[in-house]
Amino acid sequence: MKKTMLMATAMSLVLGASASAETLKWARAGDALTLDPHAQNEGVTIAVMHQMMEPLILRAPDGNLQAALATEWSVSPDNPEVWNFKLREGVTFHDGADFTAEDVVFSFERALSEESDMKGIISSVASVEAVNDYEVNIITNGPNPILPATLPNIFVIDKGWAEVNNVVDVQDVEGGEETFASQNVNGTGPYKLVSRENDVKTVMTINEDYWGKDEFPMEFTDIKFTPIQNQATRMAALLSGEVDFIQDVPVQDLERIKTTDGKKVLTAPQNRVIFFGLNLSDELLGGNVDGKNPLTDVKVRQAMNMAINREAIQQVVMRGQSQPAGMIAPPFVQGWTEELDSYPEWDVAAAKALMEEAGYGDGFSITLNCPNDRYINDEAICQATVGMLAQIGVTVNLEALPKAQHFPLVNGLESDFYMLGWGIPSYDSEYIFNFLYHTKGELFGTWNGTRYSNAKIDEMTQAIAQEVDLEKRDAMVAEMWQIVKDDVVYLPIHHQVLNWAMDGKVGAAMDSDDQVKVKYFTVD
Amino acid sequence: MIAFILRRVFQSVLVLLIVGLVAFAMFSFVGDPVENMLGQERTQADVDRLREQMGLDQPIVVQYWTFLGNAFQGNFGLSYRQGREVSQIIAERLPATLELAFVSGVFAMLFGIGFGVFTAIRRNGIGSNVIMTLSLVGVSLPTFLIGILLIWVFSVELDMLPSFGRGDTVDLGWWTTGFLTQSGLKALILPSITLGLYQMTLIMRLVRSEMLEVLRQDYIRFARARGLREKSVNFRHALKNTLVPVITVTGLQLGSIIAFAIITETVFQWPGVGLLFINAIQFVDIPVMAAYLMLISVMFVGINLIVDLLYFAIDPRLRVDGTKGH
Amino acid sequence: MSRFTSAWQSDFAWKFRRSPVAIVSFLVLMTLVLGAVFAPLVAPYDPFDPGSLNLMNGFTPPMEPNMFSGEVFWLGTDDQGRDVFSTILFGMRISLFVGFAAVLFAMLLGVTLGLLAGYLGGWTETIIMRAADVQLTFPAILVAMLIFGIAKGITPVEYRDQMAIWVLIIAIGLSDWVQFARVVRGATLVEKNKEYVQAARLIGRSKGAIMLRHILPNVMSPVLVIATISLALAIIAEATLSFLGVGAPPTQPSLGTLIRIGQGFLFSGEWWILFFPAVTLLMLALSVNLLGDWLRDALNPRLK
Repeated sequence: MKKTMLMATAMSLVLGASASAETLKWARAGDALTLDPHAQNEGVTIAVMHQMMEPLILRAPDGNLQAALATEWSVSPDNPEVWNFKLREGVTFHDGADFTAEDVVFSFERALSEESDMKGIISSVASVEAVNDYEVNIITNGPNPILPATLPNIFVIDKGWAEVNNVVDVQDVEGGEETFASQNVNGTGPYKLVSRENDVKTVMTINEDYWGKDEFPMEFTDIKFTPIQNQATRMAALLSGEVDFIQDVPVQDLERIKTTDGKKVLTAPQNRVIFFGLNLSDELLGGNVDGKNPLTDVKVRQAMNMAINREAIQQVVMRGQSQPAGMIAPPFVQGWTEELDSYPEWDVAAAKALMEEAGYGDGFSITLNCPNDRYINDEAICQATVGMLAQIGVTVNLEALPKAQHFPLVNGLESDFYMLGWGIPSYDSEYIFNFLYHTKGELFGTWNGTRYSNAKIDEMTQAIAQEVDLEKRDAMVAEMWQIVKDDVVYLPIHHQVLNWAMDGKVGAAMDSDDQVKVKYFTVD
Repeated sequence: MIAFILRRVFQSVLVLLIVGLVAFAMFSFVGDPVENMLGQERTQADVDRLREQMGLDQPIVVQYWTFLGNAFQGNFGLSYRQGREVSQIIAERLPATLELAFVSGVFAMLFGIGFGVFTAIRRNGIGSNVIMTLSLVGVSLPTFLIGILLIWVFSVELDMLPSFGRGDTVDLGWWTTGFLTQSGLKALILPSITLGLYQMTLIMRLVRSEMLEVLRQDYIRFARARGLREKSVNFRHALKNTLVPVITVTGLQLGSIIAFAIITETVFQWPGVGLLFINAIQFVDIPVMAAYLMLISVMFVGINLIVDLLYFAIDPRLRVDGTKGH
Repeated sequence: MSRFTSAWQSDFAWKFRRSPVAIVSFLVLMTLVLGAVFAPLVAPYDPFDPGSLNLMNGFTPPMEPNMFSGEVFWLGTDDQGRDVFSTILFGMRISLFVGFAAVLFAMLLGVTLGLLAGYLGGWTETIIMRAADVQLTFPAILVAMLIFGIAKGITPVEYRDQMAIWVLIIAIGLSDWVQFARVVRGATLVEKNKEYVQAARLIGRSKGAIMLRHILPNVMSPVLVIATISLALAIIAEATLSFLGVGAPPTQPSLGTLIRIGQGFLFSGEWWILFFPAVTLLMLALSVNLLGDWLRDALNPRLK
């Protein structure tokens, strides 16, 4: 009797669950590297964590900042170096613990610690103080008008849980032991971790106690995330219905997906610009010109800029899935203007004339370093560029490598000519100047592989970080962009366009950062 | 006998050490893990700190020595990519590869022997010519392409078999198996065919030529002359004699099945050690690469050693001169 | 000696004439090899000259005019606007060059070491055969990746794209010498005790001369068979390596690189970018394999 009752209960549970349960089977090329929220500042890792953990302020799919664990924020009226945050009340972590200010202080201190990979994003933060249980102050080094924009990927975890499980310190991969936090999660997010097998699958289920359960659609009750590296296999998995939703969709396959019954593609501009960097120092590392570097002549750079047929790359290599670019900032970034984003008309004759004027009528040779597993069709873009530059006499040797081997060349100043892509998580120009244009050094210009060094740009980069007069700041930013554009420091190619492919039932909310926030998804 | 075994074991260890050193030397050229481990916003100070902590600023020989010392205790350190114990990751991944290798091996043996016998008996028949030609087509295309074509036909167009992964697995505590679920078994089919195709062809041709050889021998002719039925001659007498070399070859091929699983696993997103290794290379995850290579070496050297010792046991004429009876 | 050779050859030729498979394979192989060798004369375009490419020609289907230029390409164009037919011919040059050179390298190394091991014995033999074991420990693809990694570290930037091909040759060759060495050593062990070798030794011939003049010619037939089959394997290995990202550069693609690029277009409808290079590779490897098969049977009369 008892047994039958149990059976009946089990049956009804199963039936009840199947009536409303909807699993999102989600695949992309790579897996999250860890679940420790402050150990890896890497796209996939952060995308997976966003389902389970929350920041104070979230960037909603439409690009706007949205209240998450903080409900209100403002600069203190008496001190521009203090930001005040009111915290959401009544929020609990997955294990039932209450969310309070001490968790925020703890999480920020953790994110700012030596081992943290997130400290660079919030480097302007000097300290975080709890005012009361539901209010914190963030004190910055000098005024920081754009602090909120730097917070959407700084996750908050429970202090008590971290202490009990001995994960107060950020997971330190070389430190000796793997930590509890790299495999387990106790966040406040809309989904809870069910199981995780690294590189195989990560299963999550809905958090019934989520504070925003009624505010957001949250129509998927479960998420199964699987990495599938090989792009043909990933496509096959979508076409055969083994997964419902894929990111990193090859551009050539969009048409096929669109014409397949029950599948669809969503498209949005992406927060990533693809460009080439040039060695502007006195001498090239390779090539056939001794004693001087042709790239230091701005005419040569202009000629190269003019010889690249961006529209052809857009049409053929990218199949229309890109927007030719003239600056390293997508349109939604503060400081972008249409005029700055314009690029010279493709004109081989004029480019040749410029080369002639610069004294390189016979051209020169150079090696182009290119990643082959990082950006959309990166290798094909480089290949096309080799052909285009050949037409103005520049002989380009192409070296295409996996990203792990490519980026050290850029950062070690071991490349004369390289491809790079840049996303701007803060949606502000300061981020770009800070990393790409400032003279390369310990703290600034860390991704500037061009050897470009302009004292004025350096000075202004540091000034705009603290300028609170927004009008004045905008004027400074505009001036800086004009300087680097005239100097042709980089050769921007295009803004990437983001494509997500999915089963017809998935109502995805796309965002420009290629982050996925399933709580906004609907089941159609 | 004991002297011979000791000598072979000593040589095997030496081989392992050399393999280890060569493998380790390679890592200083494949890239810099540090760049992958730090995000877009890292500073030069972070890079230097990390390099120093990981011992990457030490000479390669010193790094190797440290690695060896730890490896002897089964400690390969932490994966740079996953931040977890390498030994644990490998233990998690090995069942997937071994099951795949096992099924491919069985597939290769069954079909290899079956087709081999068939093509030997019907030497000039249409069926055996078709099989011989198709098997050659199979080994005349690169493995990755065969895998992708199989996915295309059986997953996308026919929608019959899964295109990636292991399906549902059952956790037996220290081993995860795909043998116990329907989806697990289905998931094994395409990767096993892809991986086993080459070995199948090899075995088939070996069986065929051995059979042809044996069928010409006097005792077979004699058996026929005695009026034994054709089937009985073919299977009881001829096939039995071909099996010893087949088993030897399959044994020796086991290692190369595991090595070639790298490609199959990449195509089918099969969560085994091969895929782990490819990911490790892309990420310059040195501890994982080192552990994988050592694992593969131990397997190969182990198999070689066993084969040697078996030969020694079977054929006492082999003198202790460090050579092998091939 | 020469009479013996000619007799052997005529017997050989007779067998060849009697085998349609061998004849067809040989013809196919010759056509492909000649096409590759004379690619600059046969091919309508030079896909290795980047300046001559027009990106807007990209993805033109076979036998259809391009939508911008109106140009027609027999087998269509690939993602870079390269004529697929020309690219296959030039790509085959690289595949065949890598294949032949790798097998030659493996053969030279393997035969030399095999002879030395078999004839000299002792420590030489132990070291060589242990080295062979080490080599076997590393599967071919791992050897190639290893050498590729090291070579990339030590070649100057501007030579790296030419380097890829030589690295492929050495890598594939190195992973392949063992079977030559083993077979030659085995055959040498048998030959060195025969009377004619002992006679040569008695009249005071040097070791080198005996190995080269007396033993080598007599172990050549198995070597030839292995070489043929290795050629097919080497061509496939090159393709496999390019899938793993250690193959010929995309600006100077081999057949393998073309297939790697083409497989990305399997679902998108541009079948010709994958299909034609794959079929070419198949014909190439298949004809070599069939010839190898035939050669083994022809040189090993026991089976006929």
